[in-house]
Amino acid sequence: MKVGLFIPCYMDALEPEVGVSTLKLLERFNLDITYPFDQTCCGQLMTNTGCQKEAAATEALFVKNFAYFDYIVMPSGSCTHQVRANFTAIEQTEDVKHVRRNTYDLVEFLHDIIRVDAFPWASFPYKVAIHYNCNALRGLRHASMSELREPYFSKPKDLLKKVRGVEFVDLERPDECCGFGGTFSVFEEGVSAKMGQDKVIDQYKSGAEYVVSADSSCLMHQKGCAQRMKLPLKYVHIVQILNGDLQ
Amino acid sequence: MSVNMNLNDDALQHETEPKGAIINGNKPIDQLEAANRFILAQAHEKMHDNRLWDLRKKRDAQMHLIPEWEELRQLASDIKEHTLEHLAYYLEIFEKNAKANGIHVYWAIDAEECNAIAIKIMKDHKTRTLVKSKSMLGEECGLRHAVEKEGIIVIETDLGERIQQLDNEDPSHVVVPAVHKSRTDVSRVFTKTLNAQAGNNDIHYLAETQRETNRPYILKAEAGMTGGNFLVAETGAVVVCTNEGNADLSANTPKLHIVTVGIEKVIPKLEHLAVFIRLLSRSALGSPITQYTSYFRGPRQQGGEMHVILVDNTRSTRLADKQFKAGLKCIRCGACMNTCPVFRRSGGLSYGSTYAGPIGLILSPGYNKHKFRNLPFASTLNGSCANVCPVKINIHEQIFTWRVVLAEKGELSFTKRVMMQAAGKILAHPSLYRAAISNADRALKYLPHFLVYNNLNTWGRQRDLPFTPKETFHSWYERNYMKKGKVHE
Repeated sequence: MKVGLFIPCYMDALEPEVGVSTLKLLERFNLDITYPFDQTCCGQLMTNTGCQKEAAATEALFVKNFAYFDYIVMPSGSCTHQVRANFTAIEQTEDVKHVRRNTYDLVEFLHDIIRVDAFPWASFPYKVAIHYNCNALRGLRHASMSELREPYFSKPKDLLKKVRGVEFVDLERPDECCGFGGTFSVFEEGVSAKMGQDKVIDQYKSGAEYVVSADSSCLMHQKGCAQRMKLPLKYVHIVQILNGDLQ
Repeated sequence: MSVNMNLNDDALQHETEPKGAIINGNKPIDQLEAANRFILAQAHEKMHDNRLWDLRKKRDAQMHLIPEWEELRQLASDIKEHTLEHLAYYLEIFEKNAKANGIHVYWAIDAEECNAIAIKIMKDHKTRTLVKSKSMLGEECGLRHAVEKEGIIVIETDLGERIQQLDNEDPSHVVVPAVHKSRTDVSRVFTKTLNAQAGNNDIHYLAETQRETNRPYILKAEAGMTGGNFLVAETGAVVVCTNEGNADLSANTPKLHIVTVGIEKVIPKLEHLAVFIRLLSRSALGSPITQYTSYFRGPRQQGGEMHVILVDNTRSTRLADKQFKAGLKCIRCGACMNTCPVFRRSGGLSYGSTYAGPIGLILSPGYNKHKFRNLPFASTLNGSCANVCPVKINIHEQIFTWRVVLAEKGELSFTKRVMMQAAGKILAHPSLYRAAISNADRALKYLPHFLVYNNLNTWGRQRDLPFTPKETFHSWYERNYMKKGKVHE
């Protein structure tokens, strides 16, 4: 199984340790992992602004980097959703279709593809609130959604339950958007920050010690809000718990 | 700005009400500017967020009581899609049956024609006073103002809509038009316009004041006007749903009943009505049904007249546009507004458009691409709106599509356009990208600057900046893997 690892651009520059954890965790499962060296970004920045023309070359570069893998894995639900749902700025060749079909977010990959049944190396005896990135939740279906009448499920929770000691706490608004929204976080700064503040207050009131998510981008925004408000919350990517990095 | 976690009612009653977007002819509405002012009124923003989230929670509770909820939504969506596919057919059936019931039926291509027809009917009946129940189509057409210009007194009979009329403001929400106001805000309006006791913000007193001052108009009005939630083609009837019974007062007290309604409101049969009635109020307010569901099948006896104006006003153009046609399924329940985290924190008036919130983001540019070009960006594309929509409109996907359309039509702001061109170039070239984030200092300078192309002050105004690591993942990988020959390439 040839696996191509994609590390999102913001993670590459600002949260490299999450990238390292992802690589180290995947290495535990005897996979043939490659990190294509010429990778940049998924192009979501341009796509979500409506700029298809400007996104095309970045999408093409992504496909060129990853067309030769059985699976493309990345520690981000949001970037995965971009590739799977929105890579439409370029001609839909067989390579493009292959890449879009075989791109998985790390949670999906662990949960649905290689079906990890235990993380014996990890323990995390803390109270944890889960944050679902909206693309991961409503686009990739990481979990059931509060707006629909459907049976409860949560892939991130399923994985975290396999880690010793994790205790879950519930939020008052379990899947309300935190207001990051990519460029929304700076173009619409006032509303974005207000949404972030409300989100971290909800997390704080829940009694959580850690907030965990499959997306670092939302966490960067929430962490920025919580620190400014001097709330004692810690923010970690799910892979850091699953790989046992924080004990 | 400090964040107050414990705003109480007292703070709310003493805070000045935030006003909506600045409207300046055809200039693009600056939704964010108005939203920022709304957020600065911290107690109002919190009240607004809580009130609407409460409606969302009640809606969820109702959903959980109906095992077949998701099937109902699918059914409602299917009925609407079928009807839109055969819209002309069902409208003609409606017209035929309505006429057979004794209803006068008119067709209006746009707002102007709708208003002109309504005014002519009223003038023919020597109308001096019109009592009107809430109608989004009326708002869309600027009907009240057009009628007032003719010297006819117009009285809104819905409490929230009346408050907004007296305050010279548009409704801020399709179902709860004054949801952004505190009881003190209402008291101020009533003191100024209805001679209410200054400083008395007791809600019973305020409601009573409105009722006592409105009822005489209802009794003497020569004409009554309602919108229509549904038109039943099979029976030629107009269905109006309200919680105050004000549509019934407006329609039944004067001899003349005028209905203005969008052509997309037609449904084929009476049996289909049940599907929508079950969904409408549950989605809107989390109540099983509206207090009044009135079924007007013809004029009252003894000299009554009923006139129905079927209004197009961009609808047939939308119908021909595959990308945005689904927006016509909307039944104006407001569920998407209640769930929208941006709407709850911005207030409906910040959108400067008849239709605000998620549905407004996709309907408004269809009226005017330039004026409403910023609206599709007032969204995080989180998708909650589409999930609560009782007729399954793909709202967030259409918001996304509008961005693409606006970019193609040259309606992106200069900043966005220039930034995306630069980002597109850098991200397509690994060497340029690596140079841009080659070391931590540079990365912090470019990120989020580089990623989101804005200045750091925007990120850092209310949020701390991310911690800057010593090296990128890329260089860590290079240091640890490439030089040790671990690379498989």
